[in-house]
Amino acid sequence: MQLTQRHEEYWRRNLKITVILLAIWFLVTFVVGYFARDINEIRVLGFPLAFYMGAQGALIIYILIIWVYAKYMNRLDMDYGVHEGED
Amino acid sequence: MAAQTQSQFTASLKKYYSFYTGGFVAFVIALAILEQLGVPNKWLGYMFLFATIGLYAGIGIMSRTADVAEYYVAGRRVPAFFNGMATGADWMSAASFIGMAGTLYAAGYDGLAFVMGWTGGYCLVALFLAPYLRKFGQFTIPDFLGARYGGNIPRTIGVIAAIICSFTYVIAQIYGVGLITSRFTGLEFGIGVFVGLAGILVCSFLGGMRAVTWTQVAQYIILIIAYMIPAVWLSVKQTSVPVPQVVYGFQLEKVTAREKVLTADPKEQEVRGILKARADAATAALKEPDKAFAEGRAKLESELAALRAANAPEDQLKKAQEALDKFPKTVEDAKKAWDKEKGLAARAAPPRPHADPFPGKDEKAQDVARKNFLALIFCLMVGTAALPHILMRYYTTPSVREARQSVFWSLFFIFLLYFTAPALAVLVKYEVYHNVVGTAFSSLPAWVANWAKVDPTLMSITDLNKDGIVQLAEIVIGTDLIVLATPEIAGLPYVISGLVAAGGLAAALSTADGLLLTIANALSHDVYYKMIDPNASTTRRLTIAKTLLLVVALLAAYVTSLKPGDILFLVGAAFSLAASAFFPALVLGVFWKRANRLGAIIGMLAGLGICMYYMYLTYPFFGVKAPLWWDINPISAGIFGIPAGFIGVIVGSLLSPAPAKDIQELVDHVRYPNLGTEVPSRAG
Repeated sequence: MQLTQRHEEYWRRNLKITVILLAIWFLVTFVVGYFARDINEIRVLGFPLAFYMGAQGALIIYILIIWVYAKYMNRLDMDYGVHEGED
Repeated sequence: MAAQTQSQFTASLKKYYSFYTGGFVAFVIALAILEQLGVPNKWLGYMFLFATIGLYAGIGIMSRTADVAEYYVAGRRVPAFFNGMATGADWMSAASFIGMAGTLYAAGYDGLAFVMGWTGGYCLVALFLAPYLRKFGQFTIPDFLGARYGGNIPRTIGVIAAIICSFTYVIAQIYGVGLITSRFTGLEFGIGVFVGLAGILVCSFLGGMRAVTWTQVAQYIILIIAYMIPAVWLSVKQTSVPVPQVVYGFQLEKVTAREKVLTADPKEQEVRGILKARADAATAALKEPDKAFAEGRAKLESELAALRAANAPEDQLKKAQEALDKFPKTVEDAKKAWDKEKGLAARAAPPRPHADPFPGKDEKAQDVARKNFLALIFCLMVGTAALPHILMRYYTTPSVREARQSVFWSLFFIFLLYFTAPALAVLVKYEVYHNVVGTAFSSLPAWVANWAKVDPTLMSITDLNKDGIVQLAEIVIGTDLIVLATPEIAGLPYVISGLVAAGGLAAALSTADGLLLTIANALSHDVYYKMIDPNASTTRRLTIAKTLLLVVALLAAYVTSLKPGDILFLVGAAFSLAASAFFPALVLGVFWKRANRLGAIIGMLAGLGICMYYMYLTYPFFGVKAPLWWDINPISAGIFGIPAGFIGVIVGSLLSPAPAKDIQELVDHVRYPNLGTEVPSRAG
């Protein structure tokens, strides 16, 4: 079928949120990991910061990324009328 | 149940599994009481083993099915929450449950690559794959490749890649099953493998994905309880706070302080010196093995002769004779012994600072360690988002909406274990550094002797400098032992040891089930039904699927009983292979309409090829020992395979015409949860 402009816009907004969340994912994983030695002097709850990020911080952010994506996209489906019928 | 609505179904699932959890807790309490009444440990072990496997068998039999959609995708009505739990169990293997805390114990910060890699990968699953695969709505991952790229070649490559990575991975699981069963019951390893196999088959044989899903939920509940209890107990013991994940920062500070003391301690230095001298002597001997062998032998012989000539006392003579008897008989044997001695150099190093990222002797070594750390995280993450047995689970939710939520629940349930593992590692380290180091050899805790008896390579403490006191450098503790021995290290009753073993078994069984099903389905659905006989009846398809499952399972168990090499090699290899073969073709298939058949074929072959080639060159297992590319370890071979895959898909696609209109419409169909006028979802 022919996609409408609304459909194109939905897909663009999907790509946008994907890129933003992916950037956060990259930041907490690879940028923090790269500078691990430099930020380890900072303490959180007794943990050196880099260790804390690797053992808990990054994991919590990953969960939030997925939660935000699910929430955002499930709403976007409704807004653009591409949601599925109720079960 | 067919008349139920989805919400009634969810409600009754919640009820069943609450009862089930309560029942399991009651069972553990009952066993604890039996232990107090003096029932022998061995019986408790048997009860745990047979009760849990019997339970899984019960669920498996109740979930038997003759319906294709039920068999392959559990009827597509698994609620997000329960699919999350099942994915958690499917995902967390023997390596996660038994091995991870041990790896963290040994490697400190650098071990966190596994924690981050195996969780962050779910971001990629959520953003790039799960919702789109659910919308596509078929049965297997090669299905998607076949429909999106057209023709049998992409599907066939998908089948081959799925089998290669799932089979290497399943061997590691069955190995774990055999290990736990044999430890736990005293059965021989080979027999333990087949007993465990029976446990695997009762879950999946009759009911396929439907049975596997509901047993995996049950297995998740057992494994998470089994992981939490010892960690919480240890935390209460050390800090009197029952939340190990929060308080272990302070324990980490104490461990770090203790590391400094132990590094500077003269007695520790003495032991490290002894180990280093032995390693150096072995290295020197290996340079000229024939000469060293002859000299070593001659020296012992002349010593014995000298003692005889001097009429030395009997016990001295006996000692010299024993030393001579122990000396290797051939040069080859001597070389092996020296190789082993050379390995002592690792123990001659001061304790590794637990919280320090990338320790290394100079800037360059540190940079290499960092590069490998980041490369490993990348490969594990992309591999997570490409393993067919995980992606397959997102076909089973009722809707795209629930598929998205289900990834959230998956990671949440995985997170519960993964953020406990680093805590457990630190707590056990605290225990060893404070309560084992410095004790007299005459009063070692009982668990040391118990485990040394099971396997001296996993646990041994020898008084190298003969001062009667345990030094850290005198302790050998295997990474696979940390979790299994935690209950004893913490001084918990035996029933907790049994619980932990049951948890490890649940982790290994659930992953093995998911993997075997993936392999059997790739063969029965993609090869037989889609390529050989598209007109096969439902009964015939399911008979073929079940027969293949049995054959694959027996084959895997047979290969495992031969004990092939390094388990970590197998697990690491599976991730890099899956990442290189699947990820580029799957993601570009959704996000780039222009991607076409030639691109997919070139991309998948290039990714898989480069990845396997690099592993072949660099894994010591294959014996080529070629120099590393940019110092990247073979476990991260995907770092070369993944870009090769992407370049392959892009170049191949641009070299050939854009895909046909119906394929482009399929991409739109996958991208939007609902387009109103539906493209037929049964493509192909």
